[in-house]
Amino acid sequence: MGFTPYVPPEQLIKDRSEYARKGIARGKSVIALQYQDGIAFVAENPSATLHKISEIYDRIAFAGVGKYSEFEELRIGGIRLADVRGYTYAREDVTAKNLANAYSQALTTIFTQQMKPYEVEILVAQVGEEGAGDSMFHILFDGSVTDEEAYVAMGGRSDELLEHLRGSFSSGLGLEAAVRVAIDALATVEDHPMEPQRLEVAVLDRTRARRKFHRLREDDIRPLVTAATAG
Amino acid sequence: MTNPPGFPGAELGPTSSFVDVLRATNPSVSSGHPAHGTAAAAADLAVQHGTTVLALRFDGGVVMAGDRRAVEGFQIADERIEKVFPVDEYATVAIAGAAGQATEIVRLFQTEVEHYEKVEGTHLSLEGKANRLAQMIRANLPAAMQGLVVVPLFAGYDIQRGDGRIFRYDVTGGRWEEADFHATGSGGVFARGSLKKRWQPGMDRGAAVRAATEALYDASQEDVATGGPDVRKGVFPSMKAVTAAGIEVVGDDEIRDVFTRILEEAGTSAHWVASSPAREQHDVPGSSDAGDPPGGDGEG
Repeated sequence: MGFTPYVPPEQLIKDRSEYARKGIARGKSVIALQYQDGIAFVAENPSATLHKISEIYDRIAFAGVGKYSEFEELRIGGIRLADVRGYTYAREDVTAKNLANAYSQALTTIFTQQMKPYEVEILVAQVGEEGAGDSMFHILFDGSVTDEEAYVAMGGRSDELLEHLRGSFSSGLGLEAAVRVAIDALATVEDHPMEPQRLEVAVLDRTRARRKFHRLREDDIRPLVTAATAG
Repeated sequence: MTNPPGFPGAELGPTSSFVDVLRATNPSVSSGHPAHGTAAAAADLAVQHGTTVLALRFDGGVVMAGDRRAVEGFQIADERIEKVFPVDEYATVAIAGAAGQATEIVRLFQTEVEHYEKVEGTHLSLEGKANRLAQMIRANLPAAMQGLVVVPLFAGYDIQRGDGRIFRYDVTGGRWEEADFHATGSGGVFARGSLKKRWQPGMDRGAAVRAATEALYDASQEDVATGGPDVRKGVFPSMKAVTAAGIEVVGDDEIRDVFTRILEEAGTSAHWVASSPAREQHDVPGSSDAGDPPGGDGEG
């Protein structure tokens, strides 16, 4: 029988948390914020194909920061769960709350039982028929969930981003104004101007038909970047 | 890739197929499992059947159309059933055959295509969708052998080629591409005959809508299971046009206008008035054909 040294649970949790936080801090950030017609997501992402923000189901989107392979696995798991649920029952029975619970359970299991915790933070967001029906669930590497309102920042410099957003965000913004607020926050905190080809912007737009998720193209983003810099 | 704990399809590895996930996690709701019983037993079941659907190409796209009737044996089960479904932005599928089985395959197919698109971040090619549907029809073969036959028609706009395309299927999942038009279901043979005369290369959308309406009308005149347009009840064929701009639903108002024009131009609108003088003469009691035995040809 192998010899297992005793490690106090406090120490174990502390070490794992530190490990996960370090990994997440190395990655780029994602901002999500409510606007008049839904929820907008903005991230600095040098890759045009390895997305941080994506569609899960009709009204639900996913955003992840940290280690790509890990949040990609969570994303695909979420799509599978949502599609199986929607097929078995009905489309409206798929909710962000249900997904957030599943993610929370999975991340808790991974954090306590696997060799290493996932170095990720994720956001599950859903738009309602009107602004009051929107929900955003922020899930950490250890499975803890927070129900957020108005705006969320995740990733490397989330504290500074939140600080900046506290001053610049206001509710009921139009899409362009909201995206500009996010780009401005990223540019200020990261301390370099944002280039449109390195930005990933997507929305959950409640005015759209069944599938509310929509990715903005580079041509749509460019005017917003110049406006944010000029402002 | 392993799946996060508690999520469906952990043992599957990397797949972009929803059907695989569903079969692995929830076999009871996925179709394609072998049914038990005989064809004779299935024939006794009250199963709804969808009837005539057709598709034809026009310049820049494709029109898919279907009548609105479902039959259960010799009874009309539904006068407003929908047989033409969108698959995604650029493809439609229309069903003929056992309606319950067919709508379930359509729902599975819709989810499959959307699932792929979400997981991969790109659209499945039109050819890819057509092949996937073929595999799903093949999976239905055990049920088809027992009488629950599903024969869909698949049509869409191929973005890579910049043209509309039509695929037809048989019960074994055989898949063939049609160059011009195709019709299937109980009235399919009559609709095909009609389309053969009316389809022309390079016809525009309006002409295609008219040809589709006429073909379904012709089929309804020959096949009792196919419902014709009903101006009085406001029941018209369902129709979708697919072009580079996506799927457009051809509205009832447009089909009503087209159908009215067809009748006017043919000069046969009198056939549609219940109390037409010609008909009343035949219905006079005591006239020569009043004593015909049932099933007689009515010529006596």
